[in-house]
Amino acid sequence: MNERLPAPWGSLLDREQPLTFTFEGERVGGYVGDTVSSALLGRGTWLQGRSFKYHRPRGPFTLVGDDASCLVQLPEEPNCPAEHIAAEEGLTVKGQHYSGSLKRDRARFMEKFSRFFFVGFYYRAFYRPRGIWDYWEKFIRRAAGLGSVNTNTAHRYRDKQYAFCDVAVVGSGAAGLSAALAAADSGADTVLIEREPVLGGGLNYHRFDAEGSSGPALRAEMAERAERHEHIRVYRETQCTGRFGENLLALVHGNRMTKLRAGRVVVATGVISQPAVFHYNDLPGIAAGSGVQRLMRQYGVKPGRRAVCVTANGDGYGVALDLADAGVEVAAVVDLRERSGSDARADAVRERGIAVHPDSGIVHAIERDQHVAGLRITRRRQAERSGAPGTDIECDLVTVDVGATPAISLIAHAGGDVSYSNETHGLTVRELPPGMHVAGSVAGPCSLRAAQAEGEAAGRAAAAGGPAALPVPAERDGPCNDPWPIFAHPKGKEFIDFDEDLTIADLRNAVREGFDSIELVKRFSTVGMGPSQGRTAAVNAVRITADQLGETVEGARASTNRPPAIPERFGHLAGRGFDPVRYTPMHQRHVEAGATMMVAGAWMRPAYYGRDRGTAVREEVRAVRENVGLIDVTTLGGLEIRGSDAVEFMNRMYTFAYRKQPVNRSRYLLMTDDTGSIVDDGVSARWADDHFYVTATTGGVDSVYRRMLWWNAQWRLDVDIANVTGAWAGINIAGPNARAVIEKLDTDIDFSAEAFPYIEARSGHLADIPVRVLRVGFVGELGYEIHCPIGCAEALWDRLMEAGREHGIQPFGVEAQRVLRLEKGHIIIGQDTDNLTHPEEAAMGWAVQRKKPFFVGFPALKARESQPLTRRLVGFRLPADTDPLPEECHLVIDGDRITGRVTSIEYSPTLNYPIGLAFVDPGHTEPGTPFSIKGSGGTMIEAEICSAPFFDPDNERQNL
Amino acid sequence: MKLMHCPLNGWRNFGEFVYGGEVTLPPAHDADPKEWADWVFMEDNTAGVVREWWFHSPSSYWFIAERDNVRDVVLRTYPPEEIFQERVDFSSEGASQ
Repeated sequence: MNERLPAPWGSLLDREQPLTFTFEGERVGGYVGDTVSSALLGRGTWLQGRSFKYHRPRGPFTLVGDDASCLVQLPEEPNCPAEHIAAEEGLTVKGQHYSGSLKRDRARFMEKFSRFFFVGFYYRAFYRPRGIWDYWEKFIRRAAGLGSVNTNTAHRYRDKQYAFCDVAVVGSGAAGLSAALAAADSGADTVLIEREPVLGGGLNYHRFDAEGSSGPALRAEMAERAERHEHIRVYRETQCTGRFGENLLALVHGNRMTKLRAGRVVVATGVISQPAVFHYNDLPGIAAGSGVQRLMRQYGVKPGRRAVCVTANGDGYGVALDLADAGVEVAAVVDLRERSGSDARADAVRERGIAVHPDSGIVHAIERDQHVAGLRITRRRQAERSGAPGTDIECDLVTVDVGATPAISLIAHAGGDVSYSNETHGLTVRELPPGMHVAGSVAGPCSLRAAQAEGEAAGRAAAAGGPAALPVPAERDGPCNDPWPIFAHPKGKEFIDFDEDLTIADLRNAVREGFDSIELVKRFSTVGMGPSQGRTAAVNAVRITADQLGETVEGARASTNRPPAIPERFGHLAGRGFDPVRYTPMHQRHVEAGATMMVAGAWMRPAYYGRDRGTAVREEVRAVRENVGLIDVTTLGGLEIRGSDAVEFMNRMYTFAYRKQPVNRSRYLLMTDDTGSIVDDGVSARWADDHFYVTATTGGVDSVYRRMLWWNAQWRLDVDIANVTGAWAGINIAGPNARAVIEKLDTDIDFSAEAFPYIEARSGHLADIPVRVLRVGFVGELGYEIHCPIGCAEALWDRLMEAGREHGIQPFGVEAQRVLRLEKGHIIIGQDTDNLTHPEEAAMGWAVQRKKPFFVGFPALKARESQPLTRRLVGFRLPADTDPLPEECHLVIDGDRITGRVTSIEYSPTLNYPIGLAFVDPGHTEPGTPFSIKGSGGTMIEAEICSAPFFDPDNERQNL
Repeated sequence: MKLMHCPLNGWRNFGEFVYGGEVTLPPAHDADPKEWADWVFMEDNTAGVVREWWFHSPSSYWFIAERDNVRDVVLRTYPPEEIFQERVDFSSEGASQ
């Protein structure tokens, strides 16, 4: 069995390139082109997995991973379908879910207790008393695990692609290829998606006729045309895992997820072979006929020595012919039908002298060495009778062709209607969702000729954007499904769902328990909830549920199908790690100056300059208070409000009054939302009667801008609102020597105290750079906030640094700015306020103009202010030796009541004691009032309310 | 992801849009606080065809969509001027502020 079949068998193999990998510690040989599963089967290793509940030996069934019997463990990834893992030199593969070894699983004894593991066992056994599940859970999880996650797995690069096309064709069998070619020939931009490494689907391995010649000939011609077609892009080895709104397809291939927006989708995904249900139908060596054909044609594997082909249609005869051609002795074709019908393949089988047993049923399979060793068959109507006489046929391979179910995932995702039909004896697409076409066997059993015709029709209709129509059922002439390929056995173990080890009795019992619809049966029995998601279980589950209910199966639905169609990796969903940050134009200068950078909203900002936070912040604060400092405030939001209604608009958006704001003067801004709570603040500079320049907080500007646009969409004022945040940079120069530094630069602005006093605003030039200068005082010193076009900002920064060199100018960061503003008692929106803080609570009542008819939040504010105040923001100080300091959000406690919390706290290097802001009981806000803060570890810290500003209370320094 | 038709930009991915709540006319500026509270806090939560604010984020454009939230279908989108045709003025009292 170690020899592979000679070419042309094994079309995917590159026999020039042998390779070796290990499975369960044993060396396994194979070729480039092999999968882990096919290489193992090449040396006769069918046992590739263990079942979930009873630890039964399992091997591949469909050979394309539609079943989940062969999940294997890779070093960095668990639960990989062995049929889809390419064999690679040196790969280390292990089985999963066993104790001991895959071959000798000590847990197989579980099967002996199967009568205790009745359906719904876990739900019922651990329902009462309360808490019992918590105790048992860890044991159960350990026993019923899948693979194990390697938490040391190295990060792997994955990314995303966005793609567009007119027509996407999913599946490249006869129907898909025909559809893609027809669409592309009509000029449509077409994408063809195939999950296997080669185009052609069933054309690669299926035997459509007695000679086995039509498939390869057609494949050669169509696949080549498709690959060369100028309008077709081919995605090979690509899983289409879901169809989302408006034909957005998720394609997973290699490291990439492609989100493909398709005008139309042609679903030509074919069918999934279904198992026959009989005692021990899950043994390794029992496989779908199509799987065995793949194994021989594509991987050159001789799948056994002596085979039995169980069938209910002509395809099984094709499998028998293929097996015979490959040198496998075909012991018998077991046909479930009374008469085999007319099929050239059946005639050829008989001509070769292969025994055919029509009207047969299966009593059971025989197990030897964890592999199928034979099949007991009998007359069909006697098969379910206990102790029925039967004929044992010795074999080591059983192929199954009793029916298939259409691969309808994508159709179901799009909302198409799929239900059981007594005409096809299977799940059938009844109604197509808009924008989606079907072709080939996914629409119902069909011949090769019909698949081509349907593909062409669907491809043309999709390209033309014409209406999608289901192919007419009368044209269906393909392999039919057996209506009831189910043979109950007195000893059970006829598996419906291989993932969950569910048998006929389990499903019947679930219905007896009162779960009277497939959705309920699913939830109770877990049928279809395993890794294969019911792909090989749903049809038989629907049949048995309907039978047990005594209802007709016609029109019955399988449980709901949702994306993803197959498991997706989180890495694919996440794509590249992408954390965009914005840099100010002076970023490089900060880095050169040794700044420790921090993230502020979407921006990178200097926290402080140097490595040691304590020293740096202290030095920077001192520089601003005693000399001159420079801070990059580019991150401030900037908005231009222009138009004849500009002042009216300002009055409506902000709490203050702006009608009397003089030109070239700035004014504080406070914004409340519909609930009267503070949402933003900033400064406005009025450049003309109809022109305001407005700043907003770094994190708030986008929502401020959005709210402005929203309100004016309703007010329809004559005003233009522009977000110029990205167009303007800002530099704040502050300190007693600020004027001396700025006056050294060439300028057309008179910076003298008389000509440009506090709160004024000027526009002009500084070092030939156009600037807007606001004399505002966030840090409470003589200062100028200079705004300039972003492209000039680095040059302006350099000029100011040069001009300030003789004064020892010091750039300062966000941390020093926080200390400086706190010393002045200035609040930071979002830190010293929360989403419910109204101006009066924040001691900002002075910023509200109550004589205006309206501003946003005014009605709510009036209503809230008619209620008693529940908290108020105050300044406080702590003894100089307090250690450790309380932190922001530590609670203010009064007896047994929480009356507030700390919102800001810093050690003031200027005052030499800790200061802060806190919400406290509004009845106790007199300076000098003591109160308690509950610090870390529950220690109570005594604080004292004091009036803010803490420093320079009369604001003399900023007015210099 | 679904597509939505932005009256300004045409068909765009849904991810580019931000939901802005039901379209409800704000009360008069001097209306009863209860009326304002109702406008601020209450949503009709209609099952069926609803009229909603949507914002095309990359171009900062507000518009209105009529959407059947039972069938999850956007029926029509249009500029807000279709509903908000008149300039809104408050009483001139305090207009000198």
